Amino acid sequence: MTEQANNLNTEFRSRTYNIPLDNIDTDQIIPAQFLTTTNREGLGEFCFYAWRFNEDGTAKENNPLRDHHPDRQQVLVVGSNFGCGSSREHAPWALLDYGIRAVISSRFADIFCNNSLKNGLIPVTVEEQLVEYLHAHPDSAVRIDIARRQLTVENYGTIQFPLDAFSAFCLTRGIDQLDFILQNEQEISAHEQKYNK
Amino acid sequence: MPQQSPSDSTLFEKVWQRHLVREESAETPAILYIDLHLLHEVTTPQAFAELKKRGLSVRRPDRCLATIDHSTPTSAPDAEGRHHYVTEQARDQVETVQRNCAKHGIVLHGWDSPNRGIIHVMGPELGATQPGMTIVCGDSHTSTHGAFGALAFGIGTTEVGHVLASQCLLQSKPNTLGIRIEGELAPGVTAKDVILHIIGTIGVDGGTGSVIEYYGSTVRAMDMDSRMTLCNMSIECGARAGMVAPDEVTFDYLAGRPLSPQGEAWDTAVADWKTLKTDAGATYGAQVDIDATAIRPSVTYGTHPGMVVAVDEAIPSGDTNESIAAALEYMGFKAGQTLADESVDVVFIGSCTNSRLSDLRAAAGIMKNRKVAHGLRALVVPGSEEVRRAAEADGLDRIFIDAGAQWREPGCSMCIGMNGDIAAPGELVVSTSNRNFKGRQGPLSRTILASPLTAAACAITGRVSSAQQFLEAGSD
Repeated sequence: MTEQANNLNTEFRSRTYNIPLDNIDTDQIIPAQFLTTTNREGLGEFCFYAWRFNEDGTAKENNPLRDHHPDRQQVLVVGSNFGCGSSREHAPWALLDYGIRAVISSRFADIFCNNSLKNGLIPVTVEEQLVEYLHAHPDSAVRIDIARRQLTVENYGTIQFPLDAFSAFCLTRGIDQLDFILQNEQEISAHEQKYNK
Repeated sequence: MPQQSPSDSTLFEKVWQRHLVREESAETPAILYIDLHLLHEVTTPQAFAELKKRGLSVRRPDRCLATIDHSTPTSAPDAEGRHHYVTEQARDQVETVQRNCAKHGIVLHGWDSPNRGIIHVMGPELGATQPGMTIVCGDSHTSTHGAFGALAFGIGTTEVGHVLASQCLLQSKPNTLGIRIEGELAPGVTAKDVILHIIGTIGVDGGTGSVIEYYGSTVRAMDMDSRMTLCNMSIECGARAGMVAPDEVTFDYLAGRPLSPQGEAWDTAVADWKTLKTDAGATYGAQVDIDATAIRPSVTYGTHPGMVVAVDEAIPSGDTNESIAAALEYMGFKAGQTLADESVDVVFIGSCTNSRLSDLRAAAGIMKNRKVAHGLRALVVPGSEEVRRAAEADGLDRIFIDAGAQWREPGCSMCIGMNGDIAAPGELVVSTSNRNFKGRQGPLSRTILASPLTAAACAITGRVSSAQQFLEAGSD
């Protein structure tokens, strides 16, 4: 029924995994060759595909994800401007299906951030200094509390991260954003009449 | 300096204000009415599936306009008129959007339409794109339509579903960034060089959270094709949208187009459109000044569109971080070197950035009576059927074919490489498209972004080179 109901995600603990690169674009997260699908499921297999696999499907040696354990490292720590490029929602779908629940960066691209929040993938924006700390301390234990908008990092402390009130409300209550828009049917019709649309 | 009065507002604020169904509050984002929803095969199937699952209908099919462009082959159909898709999944995706649009009464310009094209080329050509509109599409290059003074931006598939069902979007109000571009462009410098220069200056996240308004004498002097190129790549500096205030150039472009207002409605519309400009006393959240006279033909050297140098300029050395080092390693370039004389394997002229008639004319001017370098593959892909017809009427197809380039069917083609038009691993592509991300044009392919003039010059010389020598020599 609701978009978020299946992955209600108000508070969780995990370990971090570092990809210390800036400007990781959505073509890296999910290459265009996998966008001909008409489903949103099963894209984890293709997440960061060109980083993980050679052309012939064999595993790559210099894979930035080679030491990643998605079962316990569900939080990625990345460089700035993560998710730049295309508007493909396949990017958060792929990350979630791959096992990622939150991404920590000093800056996210707008559309990626929007798309993530609509699917329960949490973009956690923090100061550059904390990103550097996490990069220097791989596999850190973290706790993310969406309702309180708090990130707790072991041996570092707890910080607030920005998250708009409405997204936090929807994520923690399982409120569906389309249902919310449709509750404004009268206002939408009134707007169409006023502007002769 | 004029005093700012409370009623002074920017172009963006005027368009935003007109579309507010509900104001933003501390608890909820604004509800913004969407005038035009553009759709294509890649980002819509899951949205239609969601509507079906919930038993919802499309609220305003008359405000939707669809085409097929990304997964479509650009090779000619066979003798029986069959199109050869790269995979059965690609065919299925195209057939899915056709089915969905037919079911919901949405106009789709498919294989049989004389108007089919890249969505951001087709919309303006039809006159569907108009000043003051809000326009969205599940495609980040929707920013193109801002060239007409529309507020146009890319959305994800969940939001495509929102707009289909409600004709509205939840939006928090973005910041504004004014980019003033002044001065005359040197010969051989195009809108593509201007936007590459801007992204190189403000960075690939320099516009994040903002709607850009481009203004100044350089912008006023640009035709609509150039303004579209400029706005198209706004997303490459992270901006939500790019806009140019409409003027006589805009109105002349739109007059008489199939979906433009006609007769009395046209006069009323133009009178209204003339009010769509930033008031003298209004200010932007941030402001950047660009000296157009200093811009030279530009190319990218790395793996994002902000790594920009002039064609004959050395790749910056010194302050290189891990990301730049990784980019140079991928590209096989070194800090301090120039790109001149790097051997080019493929030239791609096309994409929603640079596939319009003026782009093809510029490229043809260089390629006329010359030959594509031995061993180099050159693809010229018109942005739409309309561009193709106009180019063929001009004889441009013959110029390209005689030069040894491929003249293909309209589509996104090698910009995104979803349809099988890709470069081989390691190949160096000089491309008039918008993204040089790793593997964007095929696994392990390497991309240099450039203008149609520069790309055409590279096709002839087989090396990274500017069009200067050919512009001086003329086409004969």
